[in-house]
Amino acid sequence: MDSDVLVVDDSAAIRKILQRVLRQTGMSIRSIHEAGDGQEALEQLRNQPGIQLVLTDINMPKMDGLQLLAAVKSSSDWHHIPVVMITTEGGESKVGEAVKLGAAGYVRKPFTADQIKEKLAGILEPVLPI
Amino acid sequence: MSLQDFIVESIRQSVAQVFSTMLGSELGGGEFSLENGTPEVNDGVVSFIGVAGAWAGTGSISCSPTLACRICSQMLMTESSAVDEDVLDAVAELTNMVIGSVKTDLEGQLGPLGLSIPTVVFGKNFRAKSAGTTEWIVVRFPWDGEPLVIKMCLAPTEKSGHALPHAIGTTCPLEV
Repeated sequence: MDSDVLVVDDSAAIRKILQRVLRQTGMSIRSIHEAGDGQEALEQLRNQPGIQLVLTDINMPKMDGLQLLAAVKSSSDWHHIPVVMITTEGGESKVGEAVKLGAAGYVRKPFTADQIKEKLAGILEPVLPI
Repeated sequence: MSLQDFIVESIRQSVAQVFSTMLGSELGGGEFSLENGTPEVNDGVVSFIGVAGAWAGTGSISCSPTLACRICSQMLMTESSAVDEDVLDAVAELTNMVIGSVKTDLEGQLGPLGLSIPTVVFGKNFRAKSAGTTEWIVVRFPWDGEPLVIKMCLAPTEKSGHALPHAIGTTCPLEV
């Protein structure tokens, strides 16, 4: 079954790169939705009930990635959706906070397509065909 | 190793890693200098990002419009011939990744630090000055004969008093 993915980053450049990388992973993706911050991401989740994976940055205006992660994991509708953090933040405190809040994975920028693919394969195999 | 040497080395490693991973280019070397007093006049693209915590400062990347377009083309795998929103966004993200990586290296020595959202300026004949009095660490990387300039200034905040997270009785690894 084809799946919907949500990419959240305030940088349009990174959203474009992730779109390209996701298309290269071989996953059966129906559509890739985009959001520029956590608030927009929650709106997308409300409007697109088919989203099965969220890739999000941490440092964003309005609502950051950790706040978004907390909102997703505390929602009865979305708590099952894996959230992968893709960020320049490499400090133990941020990584630890993301893990505590229920992040499914963590990829540091800069990243390669292979790193993204490897991370997603580990997280999504039974959820999405890769 | 002094804090200055640590930052210079971290910038060199970070630039090499970001360029090789995200732009498919090898960018080695990086000539170091210190900048004091009145900043140089800029023509082109400059991106700034703030660092905050027990130590605070600013990181920046500046380059010509041609180089900014090349950064965008290689990062997004598209053709960019003029500085537009995509180009400014690519330079901002490059700054976020390079200075973000330096910030992560520094956290091991200085404790937790925060990073602001980058700001990008494109124009001619302008000067950019930090309100702080700290001198700038400058590392210039030649790329196809044009300079890509990374700058960073960092100083302890009033409340920190060089509050490095060392065990009592151990020697400070950074001679500030």
